[in-house]
Amino acid sequence: MALPSYATRGERIWYYTFRVICGLIFFFLIAPIIIMVPLSFNAQPYFTFSREMLTFNPDGYSLRWYEDLFTSQSWLRSIQNSFIIGIASTLLATTLGTLAALGLSRPHMPYRGLIMGILISPMIVPLIISAAGMFFFFSSVGLAQTFPGVILAHTALGTPFVVITVTATLVGFDHSLTRAASNLGASPTYAFFKITMPLILPGVISGALFAFITSFDEIVIVLFVAGVEQRTIPREMWSGIREQISPTILAVATILVALSIALLTTIELLRRRSERIRGMTAQ
Amino acid sequence: MLKTADGVTEAGHVCFDNVQKSYDGETLVVKNLNLDIARGEFLTMLGPSGSGKTTCLMMLAGFESATFGEIRLDGQRIDNVAPHKRGIGMVFQNYALFPHMTVAENLAFPLRVRKMGQADVEKRVQRALDMVELSEFGSRMPAQLSGGQQQRVAVARALVFEPQLVLMDEPLGALDKNLREQMQYEIKHIHEQLGVTVVYVTHDQTEALTMSNRIAVFNDGKVQQLASPPDLYERPENAFVAAFIGENNKLMGKVEAIDGDTCKVVLDNGDKVTALKVNVDAVGDRTTLSLRPERVVIAPEGSADLDNVFEAEVRELIYLGDHIRTRVKVCGNDEFIVKVPNSSHSPDLARGAKVRIGWITQDCRALDA
Repeated sequence: MALPSYATRGERIWYYTFRVICGLIFFFLIAPIIIMVPLSFNAQPYFTFSREMLTFNPDGYSLRWYEDLFTSQSWLRSIQNSFIIGIASTLLATTLGTLAALGLSRPHMPYRGLIMGILISPMIVPLIISAAGMFFFFSSVGLAQTFPGVILAHTALGTPFVVITVTATLVGFDHSLTRAASNLGASPTYAFFKITMPLILPGVISGALFAFITSFDEIVIVLFVAGVEQRTIPREMWSGIREQISPTILAVATILVALSIALLTTIELLRRRSERIRGMTAQ
Repeated sequence: MLKTADGVTEAGHVCFDNVQKSYDGETLVVKNLNLDIARGEFLTMLGPSGSGKTTCLMMLAGFESATFGEIRLDGQRIDNVAPHKRGIGMVFQNYALFPHMTVAENLAFPLRVRKMGQADVEKRVQRALDMVELSEFGSRMPAQLSGGQQQRVAVARALVFEPQLVLMDEPLGALDKNLREQMQYEIKHIHEQLGVTVVYVTHDQTEALTMSNRIAVFNDGKVQQLASPPDLYERPENAFVAAFIGENNKLMGKVEAIDGDTCKVVLDNGDKVTALKVNVDAVGDRTTLSLRPERVVIAPEGSADLDNVFEAEVRELIYLGDHIRTRVKVCGNDEFIVKVPNSSHSPDLARGAKVRIGWITQDCRALDA
């Protein structure tokens, strides 16, 4: 994309301006996330850089907030809760979403558009409305302030992602493969697990990842539906900021960022590997 | 159709009995299909797209259900059996190889489904690979093979579990011309070697003529003619088959007189032709006369052994090496093609020349209009 020799003066100016604008946008997107990382190593209980930190004096840095995090009973419980709720709702959302996508991709599915719309509505309806609705509904059926309640609510939020990613994968799926499997003697169940599942796995996995992340950083529904027993990491951070201003939050945030990067990298590597196996990309 | 006391066909390996198929409940895609396929036969269903041939194959494989009628395999009804319990091999149009499995795993799939022991599986897979001359390719992924190699794997996979019946749905459609011809011979040889019954679907008439024992020509949901390749080409029974198989000259007219197995036809321009009575019933019927271009000869003055001789005008000459495709105007038809062999005996023709052309009655078939 080098500048061609015949570029006019205006084009030259735009060429460099464009680059600067792009750089600024990246900075705007990433700076708030990056800035947390050094701050989480702050030796002092403030959210600003101390003089020692700016001069790279080792005394300005410490691991005290990480220590704080891993010794605090309430933080540890919230981490545990987040994983319990995240993993359970991901498993549910992935199973239900995959089945729904498979059904919706059948050639003669009636009311496809309507059903698809209903399934992905939790993604579109403002969260606060879903949360308020769930609060009243779950209260009246005894699910409010229970783990199953929060898990079900997060399943509803995560399912649309799975439906969308798996449906997208199924668009390129060759249905004559299931016919071939059936012709070769495989029962529908056997064909599903040996042929369909391995081939749509990339879509299932990325859907599951989105569902997990959705549950993991969700706070609105947790505020409404969860009780003290079901406090998750975001909920704990929220009260952390409101009640006891402490850089422990930054330590949590840093760990979460690292975790997200690790997850995304893993998924991308898995996806590439499966595409290579499927022979979709040139070797 | 041979029938025993309980109404089961004895002779046929595969039997379509009065089968109908409709997708929307109104129009029939397949109309009253009756077809008996003998054990070990290579039968081709040939027809234009939308003629119902693929639907018939899909009903046989079990991916479509028959709206009415019965399909039997070895005398057993199979139209109400799930596809995975039919034990019929099939080669798909796009090969349908499992992309996440190696070639050997693809071939092993039907054997593993049948819970065959590991040693047996390996032996059979290797034998199948040898058969299609891909012995060294077992560990490759399908995407690493060329189109022709994938095609062979698909054939091997359809045969590896030793089905008695193999279906092929336009399997050579995606290959280039040379490869297609080569694969035609290979499939034919495999068929001869193994003696399985093959039902083959194609819209390519050359393919059908090369490979088949019998060809069922489909059009409009019906079998128009079921015959061996030479019969089909030389003795078409209706105007559709005559036009669909090979090149064909058409002359339209009306039956004037019937005399045994020949008839006199008055063409639309008034010329009179004697033709073989094939598919006309009565004097006064409209008829299409069908004549193969290679059966028409350019007749020098006074040649006596031709029953029909007419004055024609040369309109176009196309040099094709072994023959010269000559378009003439004769009997009011200026799309009339004559294939003039390229030999030293053949007359020198020029555009606009007046020539006499002729044919014998046996080669001119009076078909339905």
